[in-house]
Amino acid sequence: MATTLKEVDAVVIGMGWTGSILSRELTKAGLNVVGLERGAMRSPREDFAIPSIRDELKYSNRHELFQDTALETVSLRHSRSETALPIRRLGSFLPGNNLGGAGSHWNGATWRRLETDYVLRSHLTEKYGAKAIPEGMTIQDFGVTYADMEPYYDKFEKLCGISGKAGNLKGQKIDGGNIFEGPRSSEYPNKPLARNLAASMFETAAKNLGYHPFPQPSANASEAYTNPEGATMGQCVYCGFCERFGCESNAKASPNVNVFPVLLPDPKFTLRTHTYVKNLVYDRQAKKVKSVVYVDTRTGEEYEQPAGIVILGAYVFNNTLLMLVSGIGTPYDPATGKGSVGKNYCYQYTGSGTTLFFEDKETNPFMAAGAFGSIIDDFNGDNFDHSGLGFVGGGHISAGLSNGRPIGTRALPPGAPRWGKEWKGATAKWYNRWFNVDGTACDYAHRENYLDLDPTYKDALGRPLLRMTYNFKDNNYKIGAFLAQKCGEIAKSMNPTVMTEPRYRKGDYDSRPYQSTHNTGGTIMGSDPSTSVVNRYLQAWDASNLFIMGASTFPQNQSYNPTGPLGALAYWSANAITTQYLKNPGPLMHA
Amino acid sequence: MADVKIPRRDFLKSAGAASAAGAAMATGIAACSPETKTAASPAPEPEIRLTLTQTEWAFISAAVDTLIPADELTPSGTDVGLVVFIDRQLAGAYGNGARLYRQGPFLPAKAELGYQLSLTPREFFRAGIAATNEWTTKTYGKDFDRLSEAEREEALKVLESGKPEFAGFSSAMFFDQLLTITMEGFFADPIYGGNKDKVAWKMIGFPGLPASYREEIKTYFNKKYDKPPQSIADFS
Repeated sequence: MATTLKEVDAVVIGMGWTGSILSRELTKAGLNVVGLERGAMRSPREDFAIPSIRDELKYSNRHELFQDTALETVSLRHSRSETALPIRRLGSFLPGNNLGGAGSHWNGATWRRLETDYVLRSHLTEKYGAKAIPEGMTIQDFGVTYADMEPYYDKFEKLCGISGKAGNLKGQKIDGGNIFEGPRSSEYPNKPLARNLAASMFETAAKNLGYHPFPQPSANASEAYTNPEGATMGQCVYCGFCERFGCESNAKASPNVNVFPVLLPDPKFTLRTHTYVKNLVYDRQAKKVKSVVYVDTRTGEEYEQPAGIVILGAYVFNNTLLMLVSGIGTPYDPATGKGSVGKNYCYQYTGSGTTLFFEDKETNPFMAAGAFGSIIDDFNGDNFDHSGLGFVGGGHISAGLSNGRPIGTRALPPGAPRWGKEWKGATAKWYNRWFNVDGTACDYAHRENYLDLDPTYKDALGRPLLRMTYNFKDNNYKIGAFLAQKCGEIAKSMNPTVMTEPRYRKGDYDSRPYQSTHNTGGTIMGSDPSTSVVNRYLQAWDASNLFIMGASTFPQNQSYNPTGPLGALAYWSANAITTQYLKNPGPLMHA
Repeated sequence: MADVKIPRRDFLKSAGAASAAGAAMATGIAACSPETKTAASPAPEPEIRLTLTQTEWAFISAAVDTLIPADELTPSGTDVGLVVFIDRQLAGAYGNGARLYRQGPFLPAKAELGYQLSLTPREFFRAGIAATNEWTTKTYGKDFDRLSEAEREEALKVLESGKPEFAGFSSAMFFDQLLTITMEGFFADPIYGGNKDKVAWKMIGFPGLPASYREEIKTYFNKKYDKPPQSIADFS
């Protein structure tokens, strides 16, 4: 039996970006907060130090900082008619573990969504007519607007010391920034990072073709920085060991660097590591979560932690799994389209583009920041006219290598062998002389892409694995073909010695090659309790003291990396909790 | 085709220096420099195998020398420590299934669903090596490591194409795993036993550590960065 602990004001599940932000905001509002982290303590000074952190094999190939798939994973099938099998080793995506979560080993690409992204279905319907939205596409509006989010984007960017250049300052378009972005209330806290050869060549080529290149907004600090909390960041050294690694310079924003140094000493905050949350105890009558049951992974003992407020800030998968195993809300049924828990699972459609090789250039791929390079947004979202194109959405196109780590990052011209003498010669010749022009596309929700409980496979706690039923749909492939062609045009204008045929992902979703850790949906936000799990304040419709954070609340995924948008949502929700909910605990919205 | 005999003890000799590093790891001095060891002990030392059998050691030696042959760019796969690397990897946490979800049922699957066997990497290599030797014996009349250089190259190409029928998994999948672990050893930091003397890093111009380029990102814009590479061991 679980040992019942003394009730606390708030319990926060997951100590990544959203969990650390909510813990900070709630303790500042005077609440006693317990933070639960299934993994171990991670301190940059101890765990991300040189020389050990510069170990590609350990961190990148052996997955040192990621979720342990021996204990928990998800199962996958491409359609309802198939039997799902467990993803036995991580590949396509790399969820985090330990203090800081994936926020400690991300690359740092930090975006704001476009204004139209928040009102996607209404916008597309109004502009192109309801028929323009493909059959089966279950995109929704967020229930919030860009204008609602703007102050919270600003807050998150300042927390993280984002390096970038504004393209729209209070409505004034600025050349050199992203002119398609919504109006910003202030410039980025840090100037853009340096550019490498790839970014510089891409920028010139894109400009010459009439596009609007801008530097990737990045959580790699271009200068030493002190955030409004008083936490300090170092300057990025362009080490090329960013994604999959912790930052030895404290230059990559992470919960470990930007939040925990001020949160951990706060007497109102208690961190409990090695606490693996098993389920939430739900009071169906009161429509509240009474407590959280967790297992201490060191002893196997169970504890029940009652709390006034419960913040679910785990990764997309565990947020959805905990709702399903705790019986909160109605599971989504693709046969009827009814129910909402598990609905609108989306991913990222990456891999459109081409690889360019230059006999007479030195691209030095190993000198790189994680979020780095030059980008155009001219073919993203609804930034271009979709009339007659046969698809909705789009993607951003970029160039600028983020690393030259030699096990994983090598490219050879078409026709080169994979091994042997000829391979060696080609590798020696081309390692330092290539880069990609890449298109990264949105993934719009489809009624057949969803999450539920696996009937066969179990995790280390004996719970069903989360089952992912997912495949790319026609809309993805059409965007892919479109972006590949645009990438090819830009690439060709740079006159490479050799370039690959422009490519895009054509087959079924493949769980093996890394694509992105941008899984979204499952506990989506919205204005209607029959089609969403949380309201516009991220409060669960079925449990008024439960707030769900993170990308699991996105109704669909844009091409942008999710951390910026989910950081803004975390601050927005924290504000609603501290300024509205605490005064009058109960539903903040009525259906 | 001439029957070129490659006695196993020749492999043992060439693997001797790398084995010294293996011995050092076994006594807990993981980051010693293999070069100094070689200089200090000119006589070939007996190979120290953590998990590979003698037959498997010979197979892996022949395989890595075919995948990474000696030429003007680098010494051969065995001479840069790849057999030692693979032996250590398969003997350790990775080889024994760390971070691998191992609950059944184990069912045949489309490739896109990823690895679905019940075997750990160690067990998978055991099965793959045995199956390959069985196939080369059927096709060429002998184990893979006894084939001539040209035959080994040909055999690996056939394996890569997935033509030979193996029980339980495809021969192409075994080849892919073999190639993957070989490349890991070739390009990983030398502390793991491969990439001896940072030969692979020198070959491509990867500088290794400390990887601090605050100024260099500007001063080496479109310029070759020709500093000699440094490994984790150089900073330990």
